[in-house]
Amino acid sequence: MAGIYVHIPFCKQACTYCDFHFSTSLKLADRVIDAMVTEIKLRRDEIKSPLKTIYFGGGTPGILEVSQIEKLLKAIQTHFDVHPDVEFTLENNPDDTTQLKCQGWADLGVNRLSIGIQSFSDWHLSWMNRAHNAAEAKMSIQNAIYSGITNLNIDLIYGIPGMRKESWEENLSKAVDLGVKHISAYCLTVEPGTVLGHLVNKGEEKPVDDEAASEQFEFMVDFLEKHGIKQYEVSNFAVPGSESRHNSAYWAGAAYTAIGPSAHGFTGHYRYWNIANNARYCQAIESNKLPQTVENLSRDERYNEFVMTGLRTTKGIDLERIKTNFNVDLRREFEAKMKQIIEDGSAKIENNILSLTKKGMFLADGIAADFFILEHEN
Amino acid sequence: MKNIRNFCIIAHIDHGKSTLADRLLHYTGTISDRDLQEQTLDDMDLERERGITIKSHAIQMDYEFEGQPYTLNLIDTPGHVDFSYEVSRSIAACEGALLIVDATQGIQAQTISNLYLALEHDLEIIPVLNKMDLDSAMAEEVTDQIVDLIGCDPEEVIPASGKTGLGVEEILKAVIERVPAPEGDPEAPLQAMIFDSVFNSFRGIIAYFRIRNGKIKKGDEVKFVNTNKKYFADEIGTLKLDMVAKKEVSTGDVGYIISGIKRAKEVKVGDTITLVNNPCAEAIKGFEDVKPMVFAGIYPVDTDEYEELRASLEKLQLNDASLVYEPESSAALGFGFRCGFLGMLHMEIVQERLEREFNMTVITTVPNVGYIATTTDGQTFNVNNPSELPDPSNMAKVEEPYIKAQVITKSDFVGQVMNLCIEKRGILKNQVYLTSDRVEITFELPLGEIVFDFYDKLKTLSKGYASFDYHPIGHKESKLVKLDILLNGDQVDALSALIHRDNAYDLGKKICAKLKELIPRQQFEIAVQAAIGTKVIARETVRALRKDVTAKCYGGDITRKRKLLEKQKKGKKRMRQVGNVEVPQQAFLAVLQLD
Ligand SMILES: Nc1nc2c(ncn2[C@@H]2O[C@H](COP(=O)(O)OP(=O)(O)OP(=O)(O)O)[C@@H](O)[C@H]2O)c(=O)[nH]1
Ligand SMILES: [Mg+2]
Repeated sequence: MAGIYVHIPFCKQACTYCDFHFSTSLKLADRVIDAMVTEIKLRRDEIKSPLKTIYFGGGTPGILEVSQIEKLLKAIQTHFDVHPDVEFTLENNPDDTTQLKCQGWADLGVNRLSIGIQSFSDWHLSWMNRAHNAAEAKMSIQNAIYSGITNLNIDLIYGIPGMRKESWEENLSKAVDLGVKHISAYCLTVEPGTVLGHLVNKGEEKPVDDEAASEQFEFMVDFLEKHGIKQYEVSNFAVPGSESRHNSAYWAGAAYTAIGPSAHGFTGHYRYWNIANNARYCQAIESNKLPQTVENLSRDERYNEFVMTGLRTTKGIDLERIKTNFNVDLRREFEAKMKQIIEDGSAKIENNILSLTKKGMFLADGIAADFFILEHEN
Repeated sequence: MKNIRNFCIIAHIDHGKSTLADRLLHYTGTISDRDLQEQTLDDMDLERERGITIKSHAIQMDYEFEGQPYTLNLIDTPGHVDFSYEVSRSIAACEGALLIVDATQGIQAQTISNLYLALEHDLEIIPVLNKMDLDSAMAEEVTDQIVDLIGCDPEEVIPASGKTGLGVEEILKAVIERVPAPEGDPEAPLQAMIFDSVFNSFRGIIAYFRIRNGKIKKGDEVKFVNTNKKYFADEIGTLKLDMVAKKEVSTGDVGYIISGIKRAKEVKVGDTITLVNNPCAEAIKGFEDVKPMVFAGIYPVDTDEYEELRASLEKLQLNDASLVYEPESSAALGFGFRCGFLGMLHMEIVQERLEREFNMTVITTVPNVGYIATTTDGQTFNVNNPSELPDPSNMAKVEEPYIKAQVITKSDFVGQVMNLCIEKRGILKNQVYLTSDRVEITFELPLGEIVFDFYDKLKTLSKGYASFDYHPIGHKESKLVKLDILLNGDQVDALSALIHRDNAYDLGKKICAKLKELIPRQQFEIAVQAAIGTKVIARETVRALRKDVTAKCYGGDITRKRKLLEKQKKGKKRMRQVGNVEVPQQAFLAVLQLD
């Protein structure tokens, strides 16, 4: 398994809750894309095996011209070996998902779209400062299907202050009715430095209520399952067979190359991330330097990441594999913790695989941290 | 020797001792402009952060007066009651004292108690009226108070300011002219008293002394009389801003010795240093043992660090002679130490110093005063820990310590002060008008009622215009019960408290509510209960954590999230697992945070 992640650092406008790296000014776009083309060349030896997934994320890749996407894709095809059965995903927003663009993307070989719908309610959308409305949301799905891209993900957000269970149910029903095969449903997070974070700090917006969020979460898991859309990660749901191959690779600890300002890559041995500043990114690349920070992972750190990402998936973590790869016997070293989460119904062990239940899944971070090994302990 | 003067600076808290010391040190050129900062002698981080003096600090000044060179040893002392043991030891090394009175505040409770300490040792008192630069200074009124208190001439009171330097010359003149030169015989066998000591990670153990008779030379073989240990004086010297090594320190002077002392236990303040080949006939009378006012358990958060904690306490005790401790164990916390403190601030400082200077992470348990219990078969013993209280069925009686408290306040606040004291089970003993609007009220109060938050409350209700001093007056029988705290049904001994029966319900409820606030939500529900014996009197529930997961964890989130969770896990290590519940450090002091 190998993949490539291409970060497009531009957005039309800033959403209330978003802390990703992006710029709302398209002035630099051509220069950044040229730099990214160069970066693709610079990183050509990072990955040997054929690329099975290509993922254009952001930011909003959808706001680029099709020709700009094409330029990047060509560079990838030139410098990397692309598997014939590649999963090629593009993130975009409903208002960019026009018929014309969909057709253009389809022609390039994009075979999966991830649409940032967030909600089918105009009230929620304007609260989040999204650029689209509910009607455009529906239209975008139709445009995609019409152009032949049927492998669709839509992003939804729950846990919005004041959101009632009924309106969440309505959102989910709409998604199901529209026939999408994949849903990424995110519980709203208050990130410091975002508009929302600021409002919460000033006391003008109430943070999301835990109880309500967990109720909406559990409701969603059951509701989607009833409609054939199964949870496979904390925030990801799919008709079996339509899971995101690209994202699943992250959680399985596979290698991926990263292109673009602020993009993170992983070679299997070390992680790296590019500088999160468009102008400085360009300057560095233009003088053939990778503007990256590298972090080598110790075995304990790789173990921690493995546990952390693995417990987020319904696949869980293979205790045998942990023993072989990291020399950690979870059953022995964390006996009490293991016993506790199994007894209280947060986790189960089947065939030597530890996985979290619906209840445990919403506590995955705390549970993972309990299994962490800290450097200085050994 | 006739040109040596040893004096200390004493006062009520915040009356400006350390600031005035700055002026003296600067004027005499003892510290340069470069080294001068505000309260230069408060060199511990804790002192600087809190703006109070915790340790006495000795420093030597050279000063020429009327053509004669003088050596002036100054000791700045703390003003807070909890550190009065520091003051009393400093006084024992001096012949005179500057009694500082803040001209905007007038005489306060510790002005009086510290004055009495000085008078007991026959110190020459030089009254100084400080903060005269302030418009609110009440020169005449406060001068009258001072004259009344010590019976001096109004002319003897020196107006001064630690801000402008007013009065500095006059103070130095008074020190030289009025404080007697030390007595003693430089030719007699060495007799020096240790009044303080410190552990220095580079130099080892350093002892500070004052020489009564004889002299000490570098390289001398010396003996500490009480411990009977012998050393070679590797380095001796006097104390400037830093230590200044000398070949010889003689009668009347204050100095330090570094002599390869191995264990902290070998140094006791009050011990006498003499020479092995020419010993003095008798030891100097040492200090009275300190009587702790409050007791609490101190435990390492990490049970493996028990021995390290012991070593740290030993070293800390070198520099804090008022700290006492002995090993104890707790079902909830394992092995630790029951420590005795002079008050709550002292307890807080000890915990802070352990963390900062010795890198220990510790839990301090609910503090209590020392009780005396008598069993039905007539045995009497001390109860310094709630778990030592005999079962009610075979307890004949239990007595709690009482104090006599003097509160000085403005007459406007008499009503409020009375109410507070009565609320704290106090008995009014006396009430005297010092002037038309200043009153001294004397109360007898249970010590257990005042050590925790009494002083804070007093300051609040009097808007800062009340000061307070107290002395133990023995024990009185009392209706005490042991209040236990249970977490998910398991009693946590470290959270037990001895309290008066009448307060039990109220306190039980408040403690449960406070614990609910302090114990973080965990993956399961936690019942917090207060009980007397088997009877539960209060309950709160810490609801189970419902959401503890971030929404997204893609390629770019993994590192950041791992680091975050690693940090979280480290934070958890600062908590103590009691049963299956993680209890944070500060929860053990919940009782103190009630209002
Ligand atoms: N205006 C004015 N302020 C002063 C003077 N002396 C001290 N202060 C202020 O009073 C406060 C207390 O001064 P310190 O010198 O720390 O008092 P202290 O008596 O050493 O206090 P403790 O050692 O904690 O008992 C500080 O804020 C000083 O800046 C003075 O002469 N004039
Ligand atoms: Mg001071």
